[in-house]
Amino acid sequence: MRDVLDAAMPQLVAVPILLPLAAAAFMLLFDESRRQWKAIVNVAATIAGLLVAVALLTWTNRHEGIAAIGVHLPGNWHVPFGIVLVADRLAALMLVLTGIVGLASVLFSLARWHRSGVHYHTLFQIQLMGVNGAFLTGDLFNLFVFFEVMLAASYGLLLHGSGSVRVRAGLKYIAFNLLASSLFLVGVALLYGITGTLNFADMAQKVPHVPTADRGLLHAGAAILAIAFLAKAATWPLNFWLAPAYSAAAAPVAAAFVILSKVGTYAVLRLWPLLVSAEAGTALQFGADALVYGGLATLAFGMVAMLASQQLRRLAAYSLVISSGTLLAAIGIGGANLIGGALYYLMGSTLASCALFLLVELIERAREMEPLPPLRADETDHLPFYLEQSENVDDEAVDDRSLIGRAIPAATAFLGLAFAACALMIAGFPPLSGFLAKFAMLTAALEPAPGAGDSIGAARWALLGLLLVSGLLVTIALSRAGVRHFWLPQSSPPPRLRVIECAPIAALIVGCAVLTVRAEPMLRYARGAAEGVIAPADYITAVLAAAPKPGPNSAGR
Amino acid sequence: MMEVVIAVAIGVLGGSGVWLVLRPRTFQVIMGLALLAYAVNLFIFSMGSLSIGKEPIIKPGVPPDLLNYTDPMPQALVLTAIVISFATTALFLVVLLASRGLTDSDHVDGREEEP
Repeated sequence: MRDVLDAAMPQLVAVPILLPLAAAAFMLLFDESRRQWKAIVNVAATIAGLLVAVALLTWTNRHEGIAAIGVHLPGNWHVPFGIVLVADRLAALMLVLTGIVGLASVLFSLARWHRSGVHYHTLFQIQLMGVNGAFLTGDLFNLFVFFEVMLAASYGLLLHGSGSVRVRAGLKYIAFNLLASSLFLVGVALLYGITGTLNFADMAQKVPHVPTADRGLLHAGAAILAIAFLAKAATWPLNFWLAPAYSAAAAPVAAAFVILSKVGTYAVLRLWPLLVSAEAGTALQFGADALVYGGLATLAFGMVAMLASQQLRRLAAYSLVISSGTLLAAIGIGGANLIGGALYYLMGSTLASCALFLLVELIERAREMEPLPPLRADETDHLPFYLEQSENVDDEAVDDRSLIGRAIPAATAFLGLAFAACALMIAGFPPLSGFLAKFAMLTAALEPAPGAGDSIGAARWALLGLLLVSGLLVTIALSRAGVRHFWLPQSSPPPRLRVIECAPIAALIVGCAVLTVRAEPMLRYARGAAEGVIAPADYITAVLAAAPKPGPNSAGR
Repeated sequence: MMEVVIAVAIGVLGGSGVWLVLRPRTFQVIMGLALLAYAVNLFIFSMGSLSIGKEPIIKPGVPPDLLNYTDPMPQALVLTAIVISFATTALFLVVLLASRGLTDSDHVDGREEEP
């Protein structure tokens, strides 16, 4: 096993991008009425992607230092010129999270949602490709391309199921993201114009040598780029789009979107230490205050918004805002222990938010707060014309034979316990890993600053206070919603749940429990990932040292 | 002179784009997004330092550096950016039409303002 992994290594880095692409292209060959086959291909490709991600994680965990960074040159060109894919600990961790969230979402969608529109499975795989690519890429322009792949698929997925609410939310979501993409491009162009390179590692080497006269332009480029990332990461005040879009999306789509908001955070965490690394001199602290206070404001906004929300979907959406704010503030304050704790928090909060989005759909259906999800047959609004052609699809008869499970008798108990587990995770109370993550972050935040961290001493205390207060407010908001949904006298019969819908939620919560039980190795891995990111010397060396393989004709040259 | 003309063009396109994006009708928004995309594409293009008669084709006897040739990289980037912005604008157009069909309104919120 070990030898197989080592032998496959540089090439294995490209698989999380190529596999979803191939699966998506393959699924386009089927007619829409063969949805069963598409579902099989989609689930198989998602499982395979998750296995590859786990293999990459195992590989990075097994090696140390430079050897733990897998660099693949897809074009086989010399490094600053060609495309680079890099798998280090942070990227591998994010890939695994993407795989888990994707698998849970696609299994859940098999119960009913994948029938309410066309090309669901294809778009899903393309989105996985975009997300995986964004985590793996080693240059700025490919980051833009993978962002666009991811966003283009997300536009289609957000509209999945149609209905005027989704179309209206989608319109604003697309317009906002197109604007953010324009800013992204402006930032990329400015950084290229100043440093003359797009490769992360090469840029990190060139930034310290930028003449003082050009510093302003460099900072402007980095700031414009950061605005695009922060908008994606739902930083206040750029997060007004998140709650309407995520609460309008179909449940499995919203669950898959959980990882989208983490891509912006990842990009900040990856690029900021590289561009603002210790050698950069005057640029050393550039942007730290903006990140810290932006993150704290986001955290405060998220908890107040959560307290003000009545709908479960909006609660779930604002739990993402809280998570983003916590992560950004931790990144801005810095330090391997704090960022390591934040990454551990990211694992747990991603799984819990994903489970909450799936759960909300079941709870709302159980309480009949909302009629059946807008399946095509039930849709009273007239549909946009591009869906008319799939009229021959039979909604109920096609899939029920294999996918319908038996009704779980303790359905209400399951919903209640799962909701309580998600609430504990998001609020950060024992015994689940949310508590351990907050504990790790608070401990790290109280450590004395290693360097001249006086300017963010107040920020450390603010983070401490906000983390504790947000736990309280999240508990109030979620327990209020829980009381309203579970403890009111119920006239309708207990809900019928399908195994295929409950299994992903149960698995995600078991994942949270595993995070708790195996907290020590997980935290150690997260800390290793954080160290690799904030001290990027190994990353830079590994990428620049990657040599192209000699081709069959290049021997004589 | 050329720099000034390009800068003014980017500024006018970008300014018009921002103004249109802030308008209440979906068609104005899409035109604004298209103009912004043009502005951004010109901006990327101009990042490769503007010059005339220095096409990036290496001639014998001329040292291959950026003093004698223009940088071909932004041209490759701008091509990709054009394709992507074109595709996403087309997709936005479809959503715009769907919104128009579902809400019988071309207002961004799907509701006409009260007169």
